[in-house]
Amino acid sequence: MIQLLADFFGSMGTPGLVLWTMIKIVVIATPLILCVAFLTLAERRVIGAMQSRCGPIRVGPNGLLQPFADVLKMLFKEVVVPARANRMLFRFAPLLALAPAVAAWGVVPFSENLWLADLNAGLLYIMMMSSIGVYGIILAGWASNARYALLGALRSTAQLISYELSMGFALVGVILLANTLNLGDIVRHQAGGVLHWYVWPLFPLFVVYFISGIAETNRHPFDMAEGESELVAGFHVEYSGIVFALFFLAEYMNMILVSALAATLFLGGWMAPAPIFNELAIFGIAPLGDGFLWLALKVTLLLFFFLWVRASFPRYRYDQIMRLGWKIFIPLTLVWIVVVAVAVRWSVLLGGGA
Amino acid sequence: MNRLRHFLKTWLLLELLSGLWLTFRRMFKPKFTIHVPEEKTPQGPRFRGLHAQRRYPNGKERCIACKLCEAVCPALAITIDIAEREDGSRRTTRYDVDLSKCIYCGLCMESCPVDSIVLTRIYEYHGEQHSDLCFTKDMLLAIGDHYEAQIAKNLEEDAPYR
Repeated sequence: MIQLLADFFGSMGTPGLVLWTMIKIVVIATPLILCVAFLTLAERRVIGAMQSRCGPIRVGPNGLLQPFADVLKMLFKEVVVPARANRMLFRFAPLLALAPAVAAWGVVPFSENLWLADLNAGLLYIMMMSSIGVYGIILAGWASNARYALLGALRSTAQLISYELSMGFALVGVILLANTLNLGDIVRHQAGGVLHWYVWPLFPLFVVYFISGIAETNRHPFDMAEGESELVAGFHVEYSGIVFALFFLAEYMNMILVSALAATLFLGGWMAPAPIFNELAIFGIAPLGDGFLWLALKVTLLLFFFLWVRASFPRYRYDQIMRLGWKIFIPLTLVWIVVVAVAVRWSVLLGGGA
Repeated sequence: MNRLRHFLKTWLLLELLSGLWLTFRRMFKPKFTIHVPEEKTPQGPRFRGLHAQRRYPNGKERCIACKLCEAVCPALAITIDIAEREDGSRRTTRYDVDLSKCIYCGLCMESCPVDSIVLTRIYEYHGEQHSDLCFTKDMLLAIGDHYEAQIAKNLEEDAPYR
């Protein structure tokens, strides 16, 4: 079916290819944006429940239409551009924050044969995209020409640079074990049930990766860039209406991306937790077998963790964030990389690449 | 030993985990939310809401225009004018409460020697312009007439503690 469609568009030459690519983008981006919408709702409901209150429950059944009400509200608000702002950059920044967050999804494998691009350097590509995202934040803070915004942008930059390192080192561990940068191959290396997932040999790296991911997306308790109590809203203090919504979208999209990556790299991606699930087949189809279902489940769990952490911890102090990043995470990951490298060299670990 | 314990505590993230566990348990406990239009917060007899002027059961105004409430009002929200009536009694000709000034401290109610000015339990009201919130004597009396049963009950319940 998909092959037929691809052939159909391919037969139309370059315009057909462009059209086919556009369709693929829409097919991936639309559910993603819906996920973001409902993630905001889930966040408010989960945090509400953890604080013994309800959260939004009025709009639609159980508050399910709340995200759409929010979007409508945003759409009807005025987009205010400050008088002394750099108008071009001011408009460009939210796009620069959002575009890499969406683009990175191009290489995430959803199941055995469901992805947009099977890049051999997929991991590098994702690292690159998540690094470009910070430009949106810096430019937003700079272009606003406001003190709070600039401070927020500066903090965010320093924080992202610090945590990008430990995040990258955490990924090096995965690369050592899998011996590839292709996300699909990394998942396939983890086939064969829970015990073969990379969380176990790389547990410290998994923890570091996840915490760095929280810091990377500027989420609580690392939300220094926004810091409501100190910087009002940080880098997006001057943004309103739908432009603000773009930053919101980018932040949540990045959250889902980090969770999807953690699931792919450490939790076996689309693999079922035990091979037995593949044998529970009805009419030749195993509904609980390896597939998108398991990835979705793992991503949901990790996203819940994001919200859970936000509801539980107070914000870090700025110097504490820097200390955690430079003096704890980087040495920790370095040590563990050495351990993993030694183990791989002498094949102590299962699934070692070399 | 102490250092070892500290080391384990730090590196196994024990304190963070116990914090997470606390919020997780909290998630399944009953919620405190009061769903406002359908449910109401319980009110005590001393609730201080909208003002009202009372009458005696025979229909006579209680207010004797002593001006104590005007004098005690910290926000200067009460304005009183006085004149003598045909029957020789001392009565107010004007008793205005500016609700945009009122801070609902209840001192007028405390100072009143005849329990005339009272604060009722009404709190859901609004005005779209300033003049909507300037209540005159007639309005206050009307509120008092309408809610007399509730007001009397409040005063009775609160009386032992005064």
